[in-house]
Amino acid sequence: MAMIKLAGVEKTLGGQPVLCGVDLTIPAGKLTTIIGGSGEGKSVLLKHIIGLLQPDRGEVWVDGIEISRLRGKALNEVRKRFAMLFQGAALFDSLTVFENVAFPLREKLRLPETEVVGRVEEKLAQVGLAGMGHKYPAELSGGMKKRAGLARALVMEPEIILFDEPTTGLDPLMAKTIHDLIVAMHRAFGFTAVMVSHEIPEIFSISDWVAMLKDGKIVAMAPSADFQRTTDPAVLEFIAVGGMVTLKP
Amino acid sequence: MDERVAVSRVLTAFVERLGRATLFLIREMGRMLIFMLSTFAWLARPPLRPFQILKQLHFIGYKSTFVVVLTAAFTGMVLGLQIYYTLRKFGSEAVLGSVVALSMIRELGPVLAALMVTARAGSAMTAEIGIMRITEQIDALDTMAVNPLQYLIAPKFVAGLIGVPLLVAIFDVVGIYGGYLVGVDLLGANPGSYWSSIESAVEWKDVYGGILKSISFGLIVSWVCCYKGYNTRMSAEGLGTATTEAVVLSSVLILIWDYFLTSVLL
Repeated sequence: MAMIKLAGVEKTLGGQPVLCGVDLTIPAGKLTTIIGGSGEGKSVLLKHIIGLLQPDRGEVWVDGIEISRLRGKALNEVRKRFAMLFQGAALFDSLTVFENVAFPLREKLRLPETEVVGRVEEKLAQVGLAGMGHKYPAELSGGMKKRAGLARALVMEPEIILFDEPTTGLDPLMAKTIHDLIVAMHRAFGFTAVMVSHEIPEIFSISDWVAMLKDGKIVAMAPSADFQRTTDPAVLEFIAVGGMVTLKP
Repeated sequence: MDERVAVSRVLTAFVERLGRATLFLIREMGRMLIFMLSTFAWLARPPLRPFQILKQLHFIGYKSTFVVVLTAAFTGMVLGLQIYYTLRKFGSEAVLGSVVALSMIRELGPVLAALMVTARAGSAMTAEIGIMRITEQIDALDTMAVNPLQYLIAPKFVAGLIGVPLLVAIFDVVGIYGGYLVGVDLLGANPGSYWSSIESAVEWKDVYGGILKSISFGLIVSWVCCYKGYNTRMSAEGLGTATTEAVVLSSVLILIWDYFLTSVLL
């Protein structure tokens, strides 16, 4: 069953066409990864899914609701079903790690403080940041920031989580740790996950589905295991650079 | 013939550029107005954020006190010095206090305090919001269904509206004492005349005008500086430009608005 569907989405930014008719279906409860070159518009695509950007043309459907024309309260209602892990984690500088993770709980659910503390500490422990709640984002390493961002994304137990290049700028070991965490959380909570990543070949082992964005369109989408069998030369070349397959001379 | 074509091209290009600049200006003014009205609309909706407002009051108000007191003291002192020697030529040293107090309360207090707040707190506000924009913290608020105007901007508006008038009041008092220090203690003017001339010359209308000015300047500072930070371009250069523009535009608007308000209030 499709959780998210984009139909003919077009977007021009600063006079440059970025998305040129994206058709994409994200299955519910699966981890779908979108790959593609730098500047192809993968992050822009994610921002359309959560309504941070509106398409110039086309439609974005989330669980049967067309969100591209929604504003204000109606859009916020849809957004409550989402969480997003940003490229740089986007933690609030002025708040501690604990306050960052507690932020959506305090803002949206207005739970008793004891329950907030319990839920935040549980999430921090799950991402391996137990006892780090008092630190400020500036005191954390890149990997710790991503894990704190992941804890904040998970704390509301959303139905859909968007990951915008969650391992960019991390060493291979930390990248693997973050990938393992995402997979473990995905298995544990069963949310629909959409991830933008450059990490080839790692993403093939963690994703259920893989799609490739090129020249503003989705040029290939298949279950992870089948993706390498695509005949599109551009896709093959992209995968080959990542060391997944060897191109024939 | 060729010369005429060339002249016509230059003229067309000039008119085009002028038109583009005018359209940009009108669009920008419209955006700024919508930004301010939206912030006030969000301000009226619950939840009220008293802690956020106090935090901003501490930043805009309390942390600006030192620079405001320093500026006020020296402004009052230099006024005392200048006005004393000018009045002595006419044998009117007795009205020194009223001239210093009226200058402070009507003009110098509101304008200089607002300019100091722009330089210290306004620029920092633009930089803070701009960095939040660049590092996607504002987008993160949106994704959590928390309106950034309500959470981030509205408390700064309230803090500007409350903080600047309070700073202006401090500025006025310190400035008048600065004038007293130089005029009376150093130059020998009569202390009784200094205070009594203030008492007889300063009317409620003057104080009211000063308060009105300081409230509107407080709004200008937070409005312009927040808008520039919120709409910063996604680069370090963009952030630098936004901060400069915020300080320049706030300062210019304060001076222009001061003229219009003065012409209405007098």
